[in-house]
Amino acid sequence: MMNSLKRIYLGIIIVILYAPILVLITFSFNESKTTSWQGFSFKWYIQLAQNPSIQSALRYTLIVAFVSSIIATIIGVMAAVMINNLRGIKRQFIMALTYIPLLSPDIVIGISLMMLFSTINVPFGLTTLILSHVTFSTPYVILSIMPRLMLLNPNTYEAALDLGATPLYAFRKVILPEILPGVISGAFIAFTMSIDDFVVSFFNTASGVNTLSIQIYSMARRGVSPEINAISTLIFLTIVIILTIVNIKASRKMKLEGVQK
Amino acid sequence: MNRKYLITPYALWSFIFVIVPLFLLVIYSFVKTVDGQVIFSLESYTKFFDPLYIDVLLRSLRLAFITTIICFIMAYPLAMILNSREFSNKTMILILIILPMWMNSLMRTYAWMILLENKGVINNILNFFGLPTKQFLYSEGSIIFGMIYNFFPFMILPIYTSLTKIDNHLIEASYDLGANKILTFRKIIFPLSFPGVITGVIMVFMPSLTTFMITRLLGGGQVILIGNMIEEQFTRTNNWGFGSALSMILMGIILVSIMFFSKNETLAKGGSLI
Amino acid sequence: MGDFIIRIENLSKTFEGGEPVLKNVTINIKKNEFITLLGPSGCGKTTLLRILGGFDEQTTGKIYFENKLLKGIPPYKRKLNTVFQKYALFPHMNVTENIAFGLNIKKVHKDTIKNKVAQMLSLVNLQGFEDRKVTSLSGGQQQRIAIARALINEPEVLLLDEPLGALDLKLRKSMQIELKKIQKQLGITFIFVTHDQEEALTMSDTVVVFKGGKIQQIGSPVDIYNEPDNAFVANFIGESNILSGIMIKDFLVKFDEVEFGCVDAGFGENTMIDIVIRPEDFQIFMDTDKVAKLQGIVKRVTFKGVHYEMEIKTKFRTFIVHSTKMFPVEAIVGLDLNPEDIHIMNKGDNDE
Repeated sequence: MMNSLKRIYLGIIIVILYAPILVLITFSFNESKTTSWQGFSFKWYIQLAQNPSIQSALRYTLIVAFVSSIIATIIGVMAAVMINNLRGIKRQFIMALTYIPLLSPDIVIGISLMMLFSTINVPFGLTTLILSHVTFSTPYVILSIMPRLMLLNPNTYEAALDLGATPLYAFRKVILPEILPGVISGAFIAFTMSIDDFVVSFFNTASGVNTLSIQIYSMARRGVSPEINAISTLIFLTIVIILTIVNIKASRKMKLEGVQK
Repeated sequence: MNRKYLITPYALWSFIFVIVPLFLLVIYSFVKTVDGQVIFSLESYTKFFDPLYIDVLLRSLRLAFITTIICFIMAYPLAMILNSREFSNKTMILILIILPMWMNSLMRTYAWMILLENKGVINNILNFFGLPTKQFLYSEGSIIFGMIYNFFPFMILPIYTSLTKIDNHLIEASYDLGANKILTFRKIIFPLSFPGVITGVIMVFMPSLTTFMITRLLGGGQVILIGNMIEEQFTRTNNWGFGSALSMILMGIILVSIMFFSKNETLAKGGSLI
Repeated sequence: MGDFIIRIENLSKTFEGGEPVLKNVTINIKKNEFITLLGPSGCGKTTLLRILGGFDEQTTGKIYFENKLLKGIPPYKRKLNTVFQKYALFPHMNVTENIAFGLNIKKVHKDTIKNKVAQMLSLVNLQGFEDRKVTSLSGGQQQRIAIARALINEPEVLLLDEPLGALDLKLRKSMQIELKKIQKQLGITFIFVTHDQEEALTMSDTVVVFKGGKIQQIGSPVDIYNEPDNAFVANFIGESNILSGIMIKDFLVKFDEVEFGCVDAGFGENTMIDIVIRPEDFQIFMDTDKVAKLQGIVKRVTFKGVHYEMEIKTKFRTFIVHSTKMFPVEAIVGLDLNPEDIHIMNKGDNDE
């Protein structure tokens, strides 16, 4: 009795979560521009392929996501390793600094950066997009590495030095392999945060340099557009494929380790 | 380990792109320009105490509050269900719940436009059953709907994480000491999951209070929230001073509510945010 | 001077904003010596080891290694190797990769490495473990790998930071013997840190007793046990009866209103002193006639495996006495002492 109640509740939630997405996908194949079904068609996908502004938005989104997540990961790894060695007031100070972007609303990050860039005369565009994305994603990288660093036996690094490794060699051979999962997930979070961001980008870009979020926003303000349905469907499929691959790999790895133990 | 210089890039970056911008925000909120002269002024703040603006703030708080409550009421039982042992394919269900979160928030909001439009799917269904078309979009209801849909995962994940961390022995000990299921929930499970609840509440309340995108798309300019007001100062009326003051007030409210909720302790464990 | 491989002179260490953890420590360490730093936790012994290894730096004082000043030299350039408390094996590498870590850095030829690893594994009795994951090994095995990983670099000095602390009693006993054997076999200096006095006494050539960052006593295990310099050492090295008395003159001491002959001299006449009596040094016998120098009543008896531990209440105090013979509770017993079993110590700065 209890069990079936639970299942029903779970089912309702999942239906609510997926209904909009399914509708979106369905209507991306609709012949008509309206939300009444007029027959199956790839027409909007073809239009999508011929829409230069969506293509440029996709390109900018990926460039910003790649570059900003790489920079954020490098800065974040260096910072996390050092923060782990800091104690007392210095550590608290740096951690407080790290929490500021996390606890500030997007809109405040967006407008304050915008005021900074226009005050010091940085032309808005790709540069400001990348700078602002690194700013809000680095804390996530740091926070995803810190727990791993704290689990690390501090003696292993010292043991490597003791056995003749230089600090850099010891970092590469001993620390990095241990924190790598944290680094990868940090980079992944930075990448998806960048792709998902709308608010900060909205204030820190120039016309002509649109990310997908901004492009969709400006299109959707004018009402429903089947082209958005099409691009959303493609993105959703990409996400499903990526997550499936990641999960299959993870479960395989788990099985392998299970066998060894 | 004398490699302190490794912290420099991050410290420098944080200073330039976090501290300085916030500093600018404070400055702009406290000055005005008179005849090309920049002088200290509280005008941006006094301007805010107009019933019109206070109304907007109260509406924003109300909608964010309703959203947070509904998210909590929906998420807590779900987190408990996920944490119960009956489901063998728990990871699969968890992935199912998180998956929509990976979709761009713009797309998730946009999807509701298709559903709620006057000629949208839901109205089509209503018409099919002979019911009249109902105006869903451009109301507070549709905005709340959009916010819940967007921010629901932020509520479920921290609660679920905090529930999984509870040592089962504690629950068994509670039963052993004579507490029934309800008492055990009230005295053991809920208090121990509270840090997760707090994190979830903050993570839902904050974006709900500040969003301008959801309001714009699902409210269509009919419903104005504080986020929209701030956006307007920077994109249309170009009144940075007032925009900064509004942001400061917003930050103040958020800070106070975070402190109210967490009393320092959970912030330190903020790692569970992600 | 030339005999000493390490000389530590007036070493002090204070951590930022804390109490001093080492105060004016001076130790000379001979080549091939097995020296143990012994003391309760927080006494500074591990800090001293970390300074030797190059992981911390002293606040003041000097360390000479082979007569050269050891200062500002990073750990990876020191001819010392460390076996860490929790082994600090690299969890993502297998046994061979762990042991060969140091040689790989020195770019030693692959075949040489292979031979040396095999040699090391046989030294620590783990032949055939080359490809095992270190995380799959037991505590004792991980410990041996950590020792092999350090020793393969042929250090002049091996630093061991409570390496046996995490092992169970039986394993610890056998590892003690094995470590001593390895040290003899290789003929290198071991600096061993422990809080276990029994371990220190069984293994070492020299024991350095620490308390609160200060050296209390340096000496051979026998010296430290039999002639503790102060009450702390006496108490820390095995259970003791410590009482105050008066040195009447050389070779004569008085306590609890009874005079005893002793083997100590040079304390002056009628001086207040402390006396240490080991529980096993008492002669104990039934004494219904009350003829013994010290008389008492048995208040408690505990069987300790090899001997009985008894609390014997006299007119002045309660003594702890060990004996292989059991005397029942409430029995009236006599106690006597041989002169060499009464250890005289200066009164004074025992508490610091």
